[in-house]
Amino acid sequence: MGRFIVRRLLQGVVLLVLVTAIVFVLGRMTGSPVDLMLPEDATAEDRERLIRTLNLDGPVHTQFLTFVGNALHGDFGTSIRMRQPTLDVFMSRLPNTLAIIPWALLFAMSVGIPLGVVAAINRGRFLDRASGTVAVLGIATPSFWLGIVLIFIFAVELRWLPSGRMGGPEHYILPVITLGTFLTAGFMRLTRSSMLDVMESEYVKLARIKGLSETVVIWKHCLRNALIPVLTLWGVFVGNLITGAIVTETVFAWPGVGRLTYEAVIYRDFPLLQAVIILKAVLILSVNLVVDILYAYVDPRIRYS
Amino acid sequence: MTSDTILEVRDLATHFHLRRGIVKAVDGVSFSLKRGEVLGLVGESGCGKSLTALSIMRLLPKGGARTVRGEVLLDGEDLVKKSPREMRALRGTKISMILQDPQTSLNPVFTIGNQLSEALLRRGPASAAQLLKDGIAALRRVEIAAPESRIGQYPHQMSGGMKQRVVGAIAMAGAPQVLIADEPTTALDVTIQLQYLKLLKRLQAETGMAILFITHDFGVVARLCDRVAVMYAGRIIEVGPVEQVFERPAHPYTKALIASVPKMTGRQGRLTTIEGQPPSLLDLPVGCRFAQRCGEVFERCHESYPQIRNTGRNHTAACWRLDAHA
Amino acid sequence: MRRVPWLPIITIAIMLIMAVFAPLISPHDPIEQTLRDKLLPPVWMDGGEAKYLLGTDAFGRDILSRLIHGARVSLMVAGLALVAGGGVGLSIGILAGYMGGWVENVLMRLVDAAFTFPAILFALLLAVTLGQGLGTLVIAISLLLWASFARVIRGEVLTLKQRDFVSLAKVRGCSTVRIMAAHILPNVMNTFMVLVTLNIGVVIIAEASLSFLGAGIPPPTPTWGLMVSEGRASIADAWWVAVIPGLAITFLVLSVNLLGDWLRDQLDPRLRQL
Repeated sequence: MGRFIVRRLLQGVVLLVLVTAIVFVLGRMTGSPVDLMLPEDATAEDRERLIRTLNLDGPVHTQFLTFVGNALHGDFGTSIRMRQPTLDVFMSRLPNTLAIIPWALLFAMSVGIPLGVVAAINRGRFLDRASGTVAVLGIATPSFWLGIVLIFIFAVELRWLPSGRMGGPEHYILPVITLGTFLTAGFMRLTRSSMLDVMESEYVKLARIKGLSETVVIWKHCLRNALIPVLTLWGVFVGNLITGAIVTETVFAWPGVGRLTYEAVIYRDFPLLQAVIILKAVLILSVNLVVDILYAYVDPRIRYS
Repeated sequence: MTSDTILEVRDLATHFHLRRGIVKAVDGVSFSLKRGEVLGLVGESGCGKSLTALSIMRLLPKGGARTVRGEVLLDGEDLVKKSPREMRALRGTKISMILQDPQTSLNPVFTIGNQLSEALLRRGPASAAQLLKDGIAALRRVEIAAPESRIGQYPHQMSGGMKQRVVGAIAMAGAPQVLIADEPTTALDVTIQLQYLKLLKRLQAETGMAILFITHDFGVVARLCDRVAVMYAGRIIEVGPVEQVFERPAHPYTKALIASVPKMTGRQGRLTTIEGQPPSLLDLPVGCRFAQRCGEVFERCHESYPQIRNTGRNHTAACWRLDAHA
Repeated sequence: MRRVPWLPIITIAIMLIMAVFAPLISPHDPIEQTLRDKLLPPVWMDGGEAKYLLGTDAFGRDILSRLIHGARVSLMVAGLALVAGGGVGLSIGILAGYMGGWVENVLMRLVDAAFTFPAILFALLLAVTLGQGLGTLVIAISLLLWASFARVIRGEVLTLKQRDFVSLAKVRGCSTVRIMAAHILPNVMNTFMVLVTLNIGVVIIAEASLSFLGAGIPPPTPTWGLMVSEGRASIADAWWVAVIPGLAITFLVLSVNLLGDWLRDQLDPRLRQL
């Protein structure tokens, strides 16, 4: 299994380099990014000076190498608007995002997986159809709109919950629901199709031959196997959550890296945006790696090979 | 039904109700299994043997299969009339089954011990320590070496033959009176097959349980079974003690089957095969179902289905040819 | 056979009509501001006027008109993105599947990379560097699609290229390009159309989200995402400004998904695996 980890790590690094390169090139594509960074009344001299300071006067590949070199030392550029190193800004906001992501995942799983099991058991009947419709609703509702509607109902009209910003547990409820709803459908569909596959297996037949109760057959023998493919998609799901957080955090004024991304876009803060993208890439790739390792551990066939 | 018959099947029929028609996969099967005996159920693929077994266990596959008539009397009680809950209570305790493919019969994510314990618990509650002890004993009984280390392993860490022994241990954990073995050796290596059959024979002698042994291999029948029933196109066409059926097969199909078994000793003549295909179960002919392929066919065969005739002690077959001799 | 999903069909038809005939059926100019009439509620509520059936926003613009014109923008962007992203994905899928070898390797690695990395971030980057606008938006959304198209189509092509008619074409001396274009392409169109139906909803939501984040088509052009974003500020006094466009998005995507499911059940239930 060690070899497996090393291989995945290498793949991750290659991907990261690729992403960085693309971000870099895109940034340089429409003229020098300096133009994005200068105030409107800058003189030609100011421009020249900035170019030299930022080493933007060399050929692209030198610039790229400089950037990578700096990055490896922890220097991902400086935010124009905040005038702080982008890495610091990112790291200060990251914990806030990491605070809601696990809850959103938990929410999506605790609603989606049982829905999927119920749908699979009742295949073709009303409960299956109903669960499916609930799932599609989860996908069809844009999360930014869902957040706004929830705020309107629970914060403005009913005044039960706050309308945003970080705080105690009551501040978590609406953002977690908003962030997790889209994923619920994904879990439900995946669990359902996975269960349907597993329910045909010979070992399920043998479990019934042993005279085990239907509850045990479904919730022990079937689900345990059905969840393995679900686990492989965890990495994708968490990736979705990290990007979904952009919208959710914006709607709820939650001070995380999602909101940071939005701010970078709105204020055209290119160095910040560049850094945020690359750092998010690192985050997502790390999560994927962890998920792959977990998957190898959970499936005994891989663990003991 | 006599008191030494543990399982009696009467006119069992299981049909598949599909859009394009009714597939009469099991169409009037009758046989009886005595306590302590091994009855072989032989026939080519698709003749309905496995479905007969599943019908007895009341574990029909999804997709339109229904048992439309017949009785299955296990120790006097009709299984066809039982509710799902009652049936579940019987499975694993009075009647059990071994499936064909050891690679897929065991759940890959649970240990052998875990899966054995489930079966052992059918006998009654037990502590974890007791289950471990009983589990190891069960593995030892099916001749698995070093059972203490095997009990914590996962299925993929074992060979096919070993897995099939585990499946046997699981099947017998509840001390069933009837064991249905659905082609348990088909997926095993030839060398392992023999060992497994010997194991079954030994276990059967020890416990006195009755075995319904399903196979397409007549050679296996010769080794293991006391009596044999031959099945073709959804019906039993010949039943009798093994030596009699072998030495004096009455039905042309049985004769052809026996002739097609390669002889391991003596000069090998040409391998004979049976020409043609079994009839479509959607569209069965009016007369004898073997008529199209039969070497001894005459008009009566096409007119109506043969009635069952005696051809020896406890030996019967369904063939019009037997009328001519009687 | 499931019942024909009439409600989704009617909903989609209405949206299409709105999109195509926007200038003709829109009661007002969507951009025109009438500050005197700002934040009026829809006609069925207190204070509503028949002049503005769904009320007005903070700038006095008629919401119904903006909704109708927004449909046009959303559907146009969706269509363009599907063609562009789908087209690219289709081509790459065919190339990778048919050519095999290192071409397939490289292309599939790219696809894997695209899958691992969320394209929304790239879309945002594009908006900042290339500037907001229809072109940028279409490119950005296409980035979301191409990888999943490419992967599925390549799978199809792998099975297709074993078939006899391909061997026949090769024997007849057809060039690789000709085989791919004239033989492989028509046979993957079925799968391609299924993928399109599966992704319409995704594209619509993506466009709305990008518009909401300020990376879509810039104001004053009305798009549904932008309308929700603008309505956010007045949510306490005038909830309809933000809620109504969002409802439109939800209904459209819901209808598209339900119709797509039904279509796939009719054509070939096996395709549901996708």
